[in-house]
Amino acid sequence: MDQILGNISLLFQFPVVNLKIVVDGLMIGAIFALSAYGLALVWGVMNVKNLAQGDFVIAGGYVAWWLAKKGMPPLLGVPVAFVVMWGLGWIAYKLVIARVIERDLFTSLLATFGLAIIMAQMLNLLFGSDTQSIQLQYDTLYLFDGFVDIPIAKLLGVLMAAALAAGVVLFMKNSRMGQAIRATAQDARAARVLGIDTEKVYSFTFSLNAAICGAAGAIIVMVWVIQPFYGITHSVRSFVIVTAAGLGNLPGVIAAGLGIGIAEQYGAHIFGIGYQQAIAVLLLLLVLVFRLIQQRRMRQSLK
Amino acid sequence: MRKILFYSALLLVILASPFLFPDFRTQLATLWLMIIVSLTWDMTGGQMGYNSLGNIFFYGTGMYVAALITIGMVHPVGEYTDASRSELMLFTDGQYFTGVLVGCLGAGLFCAVSAAILGYVTFGLRGPYFAIGTLGIAIAAGELVSNWDWVGGGQGIQLPVYPGNLDIGKLFFYFLFAGTGVALFIFCKWLYGTRFGAAVNAIRDDEEKAEAMGIHTLRYKLTAWALSAFFVGVAGGISAFQLIHFEPLETAYQTINLGIFMVVCVLLGGKGTLWGPVIGAIAFHVIKEVTWNYLLGWQWVALGALIVVTVVYFQDGIMGWLVHKRPEWFGIRVEKKDVGEEAA
Repeated sequence: MDQILGNISLLFQFPVVNLKIVVDGLMIGAIFALSAYGLALVWGVMNVKNLAQGDFVIAGGYVAWWLAKKGMPPLLGVPVAFVVMWGLGWIAYKLVIARVIERDLFTSLLATFGLAIIMAQMLNLLFGSDTQSIQLQYDTLYLFDGFVDIPIAKLLGVLMAAALAAGVVLFMKNSRMGQAIRATAQDARAARVLGIDTEKVYSFTFSLNAAICGAAGAIIVMVWVIQPFYGITHSVRSFVIVTAAGLGNLPGVIAAGLGIGIAEQYGAHIFGIGYQQAIAVLLLLLVLVFRLIQQRRMRQSLK
Repeated sequence: MRKILFYSALLLVILASPFLFPDFRTQLATLWLMIIVSLTWDMTGGQMGYNSLGNIFFYGTGMYVAALITIGMVHPVGEYTDASRSELMLFTDGQYFTGVLVGCLGAGLFCAVSAAILGYVTFGLRGPYFAIGTLGIAIAAGELVSNWDWVGGGQGIQLPVYPGNLDIGKLFFYFLFAGTGVALFIFCKWLYGTRFGAAVNAIRDDEEKAEAMGIHTLRYKLTAWALSAFFVGVAGGISAFQLIHFEPLETAYQTINLGIFMVVCVLLGGKGTLWGPVIGAIAFHVIKEVTWNYLLGWQWVALGALIVVTVVYFQDGIMGWLVHKRPEWFGIRVEKKDVGEEAA
């Protein structure tokens, strides 16, 4: 308890520490927002709640890590992970997801949970259970007398995440496929009537989601660490972000992603690093309870 | 008459099996644990339509509460769980057995109360949000407990070993589990025939309509969850004594092991039936032990695949399949005309 109070008072004594936490949180949160956007896409278009989201992220990370170990330039890992995970997502869609779209929501939740277990164990068998990361040979920027350190690698990761997000948004807005996806999300039956091959849209959307996650994972392995069983925490983060932001609300997803990044960094600073996973999950519960209270208020008007 | 014969034969098998297969006593006890958690999951998941992924929370909490009660009645808990403790802290036989009895019952009660409290928050959530919310509770609890030094932190707790002959100890735990399981089965059989069972089924079929018919749905949901939590808590308490040593993330709040197994057992056996969870638990346990022995290293992949296949292709489960194939066994009469129409 004293330690917690001490950590809090530290924040007030040295305001610049706050700045460091916020900067760290923003950089991590930008990557969280990426996989959350993929989840929102799949959730909104095909009404599948993908609990294997985090495992796609981790799998993408391992693709990049394996390439870097083989001597390829680490930055190449991001596009390669994008392509590889696209293929994996397509296989997962054809084998499992295609059969749960029309079913009730718990089915998709449980089926993707099974998928998550399979993927985590495969990664564990292939790469071992140690935590892995890629060390990039870049400098670190020091601001405010060294209180705030920004590794160029992390900055690069944020830039890549932003570029990817912008690319996806432009694609959704302008391309024919993007229009078809948005039309299917609005009303799948009407889209089918108008000649859109919704089956193709679904498989494309899920593959795109897996690819986005894979690229996010390739960035995470450069700025953070990955481990086969970290997937579920990433899934939970994506769920927190999407539940807090709502579907089809891209600015909301980005804001919530950055917010959870900052909240986690603050939590880790105040309570200690051991609580970081617990904080991500508790945030989910907080968001759910908050949404519940909101709905209670709406319900009262019906009485 | 045939029913009485069937149930007495079943009882005989339950009583005789640990003596017929003395090498498998621990296995059989674990099988009973699976049956108990599957039956309790079905109380809310199958009968009430609220699919919880976090019932493992009550299992882990039951373990901790039972252990803390047992230790707390004799020794100061903080000193007992201190990792750097050097002096021995012993339990007499009497203290051990009082601990088992009071600990397991206390664990059940504590879990029932916490289910009622948590239910106030989570039962506002519908469908998949309920599943994710309860999963969140279980994960968060595991993480928090593993950071709580007073209860042993990530190291977990070491309980005293069963005093006396260890073979007798295995029998003791088998019969504790079996007794709880049989009591739970009889309780469920009675419960599903009462007004309470009907109300809970009404909530599953259409909650809004049930509420419109004047059923106080929240009260029924809380009661059902608290009842199932009681039995999971008791089972967790017994597990704590059987395992002797347990730690928070892998044993107590084992979200992806037992926490998901119980759901798969119920789906495999047949949701919303009395016998489904029992049959599913037996089938799942057999499959699990076979894959564990012969697919070393790949057993988790096989289990994940089993989950996916069960959920995607075989969701009605064994009982659902039987009802479809042999409706006359369940007293469902199929008119000839309907069959003709279905075939046409």
